Parts: sequence; C-alpha cells; structure tokens
Amino acid sequence: MKRLLSTFAIAGAFGLCAVSAQAAKLDQVKSKGFIQCGVSQGLPGFSTPDDKGNWTGLDVDFCRAVAAAVFNDPTKVKFTPLSAKDRFTALQSGDIDILSRNTTWTITRDTSLGLNFTGVTYYDGQGFMIRKDKKVNSALELSGASVCTQTGTTTEQNLADYFRANNMTYEVIAFATNDEVVKAYDAGRCDVLTTDRSGLAGERLKLTNPDDHVVLPEIISKEPLGPVVAHGDDQWFDIVKWVLFAQINAEELGVTSKNVDEQLKSATNPEIKRLVGTEGKFGEGMGIGNDWAYQVIKGVGNYGEMYDRNVGPATPLKLERGANALWTKGGQQYGMPIR
Amino acid sequence: MSDLVLEPVQGRSNSASFINDPKVRSIGLQLVALILVILLGWMFAENARDNLAAQKIATGFGFLDNTAGFGISQTLIPYSETSTYGRAFLVGLLNTILVAVVGIFLATIIGFLVGIGRLSKNFVVRLISTTYVEVLRNLPPLFQILFWYLAVLSAMPSPRQSISVFGEVFISNRGLIIPRPLFGEGTGLVLWAFGAALLAVILIGYWARGRREETGQRFPMLWVGLGILVLVPLAAMIYTGFPITFERPELKGFNFAGGVRVIPEFVALTVALATYTAAFIAENVRSGIMAVSHGQTEAAHSLGLRNGQTLRLVVIPQAMRVIIPPLTNQYLNLTKNSSLAVGIGYPDLVAVFAGTSLNQTGQAIEIIAITMGVYLVLSILTSLIMNAYNKRIALVER
Repeated sequence: MKRLLSTFAIAGAFGLCAVSAQAAKLDQVKSKGFIQCGVSQGLPGFSTPDDKGNWTGLDVDFCRAVAAAVFNDPTKVKFTPLSAKDRFTALQSGDIDILSRNTTWTITRDTSLGLNFTGVTYYDGQGFMIRKDKKVNSALELSGASVCTQTGTTTEQNLADYFRANNMTYEVIAFATNDEVVKAYDAGRCDVLTTDRSGLAGERLKLTNPDDHVVLPEIISKEPLGPVVAHGDDQWFDIVKWVLFAQINAEELGVTSKNVDEQLKSATNPEIKRLVGTEGKFGEGMGIGNDWAYQVIKGVGNYGEMYDRNVGPATPLKLERGANALWTKGGQQYGMPIR
Repeated sequence: MSDLVLEPVQGRSNSASFINDPKVRSIGLQLVALILVILLGWMFAENARDNLAAQKIATGFGFLDNTAGFGISQTLIPYSETSTYGRAFLVGLLNTILVAVVGIFLATIIGFLVGIGRLSKNFVVRLISTTYVEVLRNLPPLFQILFWYLAVLSAMPSPRQSISVFGEVFISNRGLIIPRPLFGEGTGLVLWAFGAALLAVILIGYWARGRREETGQRFPMLWVGLGILVLVPLAAMIYTGFPITFERPELKGFNFAGGVRVIPEFVALTVALATYTAAFIAENVRSGIMAVSHGQTEAAHSLGLRNGQTLRLVVIPQAMRVIIPPLTNQYLNLTKNSSLAVGIGYPDLVAVFAGTSLNQTGQAIEIIAITMGVYLVLSILTSLIMNAYNKRIALVER
C-alpha cells in the first residue's frame, strides 16, 4: 500500500508541477544549488552507499561529472535511491534531474515514456547466474528452472523472449528491489538469478559464498546502459550528453585528472585545447562555463578512470573493458567531436 | 411578560434575513464548495494533460490490448507471455482476491479463537492469547510478511531433498506440490450425483429441524448427511469406472512437473496477513463478548445450558452486533495490506499491474487510477456484504 501511495503521489505530481515543466532545467538546478540524481538502491560498482553514507560507483560518478560541469564542483549532487519500478515516474514528475541508474536504452522508453537517453556509459548484456553444484554449463539447459529477477525491468521481458524462443519453460519470481532478489536467490527460492552481466558481477558479491556461483556464458540481449533526462528541455539534454562525450574524448586524447592542469597550460594539440576550453567557447552554447570539460576531468576524471575506479579489473567486480573499450582499441566507446 | 417571547424568525421578508436564513446559507455554501472542488479537479486534469503532452508521454487505455511479454509465477486463469496487459491485470486481480478471501477466512477463525481465549478462565490459555495479540498487532505487517517468507523458505529443503508425504505430496522451497485431479469421461455424472446428494442433505436438514421444533425429537443429521455425501458420489464413481484420476508430481530437471503447486510467496503472505489481522479481530471479539451483560450468562446457566452452549447460543449471537462493524474494517485492512505482496514477489495486483505493467508502459495515471478503482470496489463490496449481514442480525427493537 505504501508503494502504491508513493507512486500515486508521484503521478499526482504531474498535476502539481505545472510550472516546473516550463522553466529551464539549468536555471532550476542553478537556483537550487545542486543536481538531484536518481540512482539504484545499491548495486556495487554502479551506485552503492559505503558505511559512511557516501555514494560510490560509475552511475554516481557520472552525476558528479555533470555537477562539475554546471557548478565547477563535483560534490553538488544529491542522490535519490530508486527502485527499477519507480525510476521513470520520478524523472517524469521532475523529482530528479538526471536518472543515472543502469537503465537500458530502448525505443519504448525513448519515445513514449517522455524520456531522452543521453548516451551509453556501459555496454552490457543480460546473463544468468547459477549455483555451481547444479552442474549447468549453458543457459540452454535451464528449462524448468525458477528464475529470480527485479520487477519493472527489460530483464523480465528478455527472459520471457529467450525461454519462449528456445521452447523452454520457466517460473519467474519478480521482486521490487535488488536486495530482495539476491536474498531469495541466496535462500534457494530460485535456481537462477538473471540481470545484466555487470549487475550479476555486483550482486554476486552480496551472496553468502560468492565462489559457489557461476555466470553462464550466454548473453541473451543488448543492454546499453546510460543516463536519462526528461523530454522537453534540449539545453539540459545537451549538457548531460556532452559531459559523457567529453569524458570519452579525454580518455582518447590521454587527458586525465592528474595531467589536466598541465594540459591546460601547455597543450599544443588543438583538440585538447578545445576540450579543456583554452580554445573555442563551447560551454557558452550550453549556458555553462567554457572550462566545463576541464572541471569534469579535474573533478571526476575521464571515462577510463571512471571505469577502472568503479568496475574495472582492479575492483572486486573485475569487469574487462570489452565492448566498453574506446573505439580506437576495438571497443564501442566513441566520443562525438568537440569542435 | 409576552414581550420576552422571541419572535419566530420565519415570515420576515427583508433581504438581510434572507442571507441569515440557515437553510439558504447552508445550500449556498455547499454550492460554492462544490463549484470550487469541480474547478480544482478540472484544473488538475487540464494541468496533467498539458504536462503529459509537453513531455510527449502517451495517454489513454489502448495499452491494455498490447502484448505484456513478461511471465507471472501464479496464474489462476490461463496466461502466457503473449497475453495482453489486460489479461495480466486480471491475473493480478484474481491473485489479490485469492489472498484476501483465504486470509479473511483464516483471520476470522484465528481471531475468534484468540478473542474467546483472552476471556478464558484458564490462566495458560489467557496468557497465550494475550501474548499473541500484543506481539502480533504491534509489529509492522511488512516485517511479518518478510519474516514468514524468509523463515518458511530457509526451513524448506531444495526440490531434490523435498519432504515427501506418501510419495504424493511434496514440500520444498518451491512450494507445496499436490497431485492434480484429471477429469476423464463420466466426470459429469459424478458431479451431478454430488450435487443431488448435497440437495438431499439440505432438504433432510430442513425436515429434521421442523420435526425437532414440533416434537423435540433429535435426528442424527451429521452421520446421515456425511453418509449421503460420500456414498452417492462413490456409487456414481463405481458406475462410471472411476473417471477422476490424479496426475502425480514428478521431479524433472530443476523442478517438479505436473501436480498443483502452492507457491511459498502465497503461503507466507496469507499466513502473515491472517495472523496479523487476527490479532485485531481477537480484540473486536473480546470487546463484543464483554459488551454482553453477565446477567445473560447467569440466565443461560440457570436454564441448564452448559458453558459451551451458553457461549454459542446466548453470548456470541448478542456479541456479534458489537463485533461486526469493526470486523468489517479489519477485512478491508487485510485486503488493502495484501498489496505489500510486492516485497516478497507474490504476483498480486499491485506487483503485476501497478508494478511491472506500469513500468513497461509508463501509463502511470491510467494504471494507478484503475488500481485505486479496484481497491475501492473491493472495499465497497466487502462493506456492502458486511452491512447486509449486520442488518440481518441487528437487534430488533419493539
């Protein structure tokens, strides 16, 4: 009932937030002094609060990067933990300014939910995790299995598609939050846990004996995960979009949080000069400072730094770059040119 | 002295007194309030429509015919991933109603037993009942649902090690699995025989009651009734060559195949809601019994009725008049609390429709409106039934 009421309150906010839709998001954000960022309720590597209440993760860092671009200060962000089910309503009603919550870019969401995807922070695909002692080597051996997943996700539909396409039966148990999914899987309620493979890597860490579980090789879907803003404000859309492109370009140009000050003073490469703002006035076009990208790199780092810090091979998640490597290194991350 | 008598206000016709006329004033104020409410509602609706249009969010109820594309773990009616959102709505609605009906049934039984137990002369019974009420009504229902779910789950073995009862019924962390009845040719005749037996028992019951009231002679209704109900369908079964067979559950791959399964989410939710609500019902029952004057009990005893008979024939019928109205509230609470199901993955209306479907279609306003409508209708129906019952048993004053 509480959940129903809160959803209704959010739905009701459509009616009450009449004025907010008209005023420019950037002005609103500037006047309140921080960015309200919607994140997941706790997914290691992407957004999870540590024991001191500080949020860490790739999705969290991206919001900090936007704050750095707007306020020259990456700490001017407040985080709203959202379940998969409540995330879009929160964005549609203006409760949050950016949704940065391992959300898959799909045509329905982009076109009829009133949302705009600004790019891809993580190229992912859905996978399955199972206990090693079940002795299953392939997802095609899963017929008849009980599967735990989170409600209100693309995961739920991909799962149905995959089992239907391969003529296999299954039983789905859908929970509202990640934690409930993990708890039920750990208690043996279901044979299989399914979500994006990056999520499996994170959730595995929460299990009683992480080493007893194995991720099956099949990737059953494309899950481009990225930040989302609401329809209707192109300026804000541009800012969020270009913060990510700036981070990817910075990695490609070898500009990092450690050498960016030096680059600002002594760079000769015109691409770097345009990136850090010593040449051209690209920030002005978006209504923010011309050193916006410098602030992003200085405050949060380039895309590679952000990746390595949160989900890369040196972290407990141990995720290789794979599709998330730069396009120059055989991956798909490609920053649009700043010029 | 006559000048001290107040003149009646009516009859004056100047305009000042027209405004002061309480009747005119109350109608006028109500009209103004009504207009304000309508204007406010209209403003909200317009506003919502404009905002939705500005953000290019689709509206309307057409989405109900689209393919849902997700699975549901418990479906009382045929449903598959290719069914529509409308169908998913029905599945969720029926799952909610199932929990509500079973939960209300159990809560009423437990509630009456505990409520009577609190007034027992036996110290131990009284202590247990009091503890039950104080513990269960003071813990949040969501917490109790989670407790039952995790407690039930962790106590249950995996399907391979499941507890077997005569090799027919299996209990595991996937639920309780019992054989599924299969209806072969000739089942119709057996069902007809059962129906006829039931009718016969009812008719004999009426006759026996009439005879008892006339002559005072008792008739062994229980044994005769049971005999008819068992023997007549059995004869039909033998005649048609046992058409009803049972499909046995078998362990196949990960899980049991065949049979009927009661999922642990349903068990946890129903048990938690029933025991929680029963604590409140017990208090209603206690207050109802205490409202019956002790003189009634003494009078019944002096007529020679035993304790059980006094309670059943004299005290409870009178207590019901006090019990019913708050009992209705508890039934409504149980139905509404069933929406906490989403916490343990039971596919009720809120989880399936206001959860998954809402998220996939993004039709927040439509789906929340439908969901609220459903709870409203369920609540009103419960109230209507209970009020009708209340009217029937109400004290007839002469």
